[in-house]
Amino acid sequence: MNDNQRTVALEDPCLEGIERFRDYATHTPYLKGPEKLTRKLVGSLEEAVRRSGLRDGQTISFHHAFREGDKTINFVVDALARMGFKNLTLASSSLAACHAPLIDHIKAGVISRIYTSGMRGQLAKAISNGLMEHPINVHSHGGRVHLIDSGELTLDVAFLGVPACDAFGNANGQRGKARCGSLGYAMVDAQFARTVILLTEEIVPFPNNPASISQDQVDWIVQVEEVGDPSKISVGAARVTKNPRELLIARLAAQVIEHSGYFKQGFSIQTGSGGSSTATTRFLEKRMRQKEIKAAFALGGITGDIVDLFNKGLIERVADTQSFDAVAAESLAANPNHIEISTNEYANPSSKAAFCDQLDVVILSALEVDLNFNVNVLTGSDGVMMGASGGHSDVAAAANLSIVVGPLIRGRIPTVVKRVTTLVTPGACVGVLVTDHGIAVNPNRPDVEERLRAANLPVMTIQELYERAVSITGEPQPIEFLDRIVGIVRYRDGSVIDVVRQVKP
Amino acid sequence: MEITKEAICGTLESNDLLVKVAPRNELEVVISSEVMRQFGVRIREVVEETLLQMGVTRGQVVIEDKGALDCAIRARVQAAVLRGCECDELNWGVL
Repeated sequence: MNDNQRTVALEDPCLEGIERFRDYATHTPYLKGPEKLTRKLVGSLEEAVRRSGLRDGQTISFHHAFREGDKTINFVVDALARMGFKNLTLASSSLAACHAPLIDHIKAGVISRIYTSGMRGQLAKAISNGLMEHPINVHSHGGRVHLIDSGELTLDVAFLGVPACDAFGNANGQRGKARCGSLGYAMVDAQFARTVILLTEEIVPFPNNPASISQDQVDWIVQVEEVGDPSKISVGAARVTKNPRELLIARLAAQVIEHSGYFKQGFSIQTGSGGSSTATTRFLEKRMRQKEIKAAFALGGITGDIVDLFNKGLIERVADTQSFDAVAAESLAANPNHIEISTNEYANPSSKAAFCDQLDVVILSALEVDLNFNVNVLTGSDGVMMGASGGHSDVAAAANLSIVVGPLIRGRIPTVVKRVTTLVTPGACVGVLVTDHGIAVNPNRPDVEERLRAANLPVMTIQELYERAVSITGEPQPIEFLDRIVGIVRYRDGSVIDVVRQVKP
Repeated sequence: MEITKEAICGTLESNDLLVKVAPRNELEVVISSEVMRQFGVRIREVVEETLLQMGVTRGQVVIEDKGALDCAIRARVQAAVLRGCECDELNWGVL
């Protein structure tokens, strides 16, 4: 059969409208020569941005696995500002105190809208005081993926900092100088963004595995000096505590778990960020050994303490969406039963299945808890944003029992209040509150209350805890706000659960 | 009591406060606090009440509060005033 015969054969009516073959690389000229192997590597961030087709008014996205050590967001937004971009929406999985330089870019109109799980430091203060024309949207980790799923949040260009990748873009957080561990947040951006630009410290030989971010998701690769400093991951919310009061609360929380009714062979657990929460793990080992109990899995932000129990065989599997320290990052790289999961797999309510729905017990922090067990993890008692929604509302809703921990009083500020300044997690999802002055059980969990009382734990009503707090601190005056909304708190299903108003100067 | 020299008491640790006193012809109380919005009014009440009890009617009192409880505020103000008055004797009964 020669080409001439083929041409005749292609005249058939059933082939009408279908393009005829010309040459093997007609549509993929970039795959023709050896340059196909390096076609994604570009010399500068600016060049990658040009190739991405980013335009004014579009949405740029980032991940926050490096937390306070992140160097990617400031680097990229500086470059976009120099290139003259305006009116961008910044959608980072979260923001930290290290992102204070964004203030200038907001003032200059480079960034006009923000979606984030939270904010801290100067940036949070400035936005709380009315820096932005449009209020920021605060979402949970699962809720962020839901906003993407629902079409509200379209990620035009994702700028994802990774320690190392190969020339095709296979990347993980498990090796290299900037080893951050799980890329659970970034995996979502890699999956959903229209264009994915990797910023990498190293180009390693092909094929790099495991591919947390896969070659078929990556458009362009830029090698940079630094994407982040992993030693600063465990600064701030993910710190390890030596504070005796936090340890006291952690021990009490471990006792609550022990007698909660969920402390059984094959149970599962998550410890959220915050000193007492992460420290609870340290008080579990003895109790697990005494009762000869092993956990089926631990979920969430993973700490060295969790990995310790995992290495001792007390936890069978670890599902890791964010590695909180170097020990967790190392374990993820070394152990097949330490699994990396995306925030879609972790906590998105519209995901086809989320890990949090399998969870028995979660320990969560709080800035404020009110008489209805509603929780605020976002605004300080002065009304200024200083925290993050994180996975709080996701896991509180999904777990069989959520335990909120915190000191009854911080400085002079009571943690238990009449009404939370900002509602992030509805009280219906909170089972137990553990403070250094006692434990309160949500009236919707009489089963748990009965078991904790039977174990002689210091159970009080939340009203009693509140009265105890204000008898020490005095009754705080209500904060005065202006009418202007500076933050919209989105529940995990995308609905508006509360707003943050500008603090009266 | 009469504040006759500059004196200081307290620390800037969390839950404590620093009190500075100095001689002045009028009474001047300056308060800054981390919890000003929630407890500023109450802190001023406690400070003024303590000064009144000690019979201080003149002098400058500068408070830098780090979320101290009322009892700590009272104690620090009393100690600073005592130091500023060069007074070793105090009528505890009125305090």
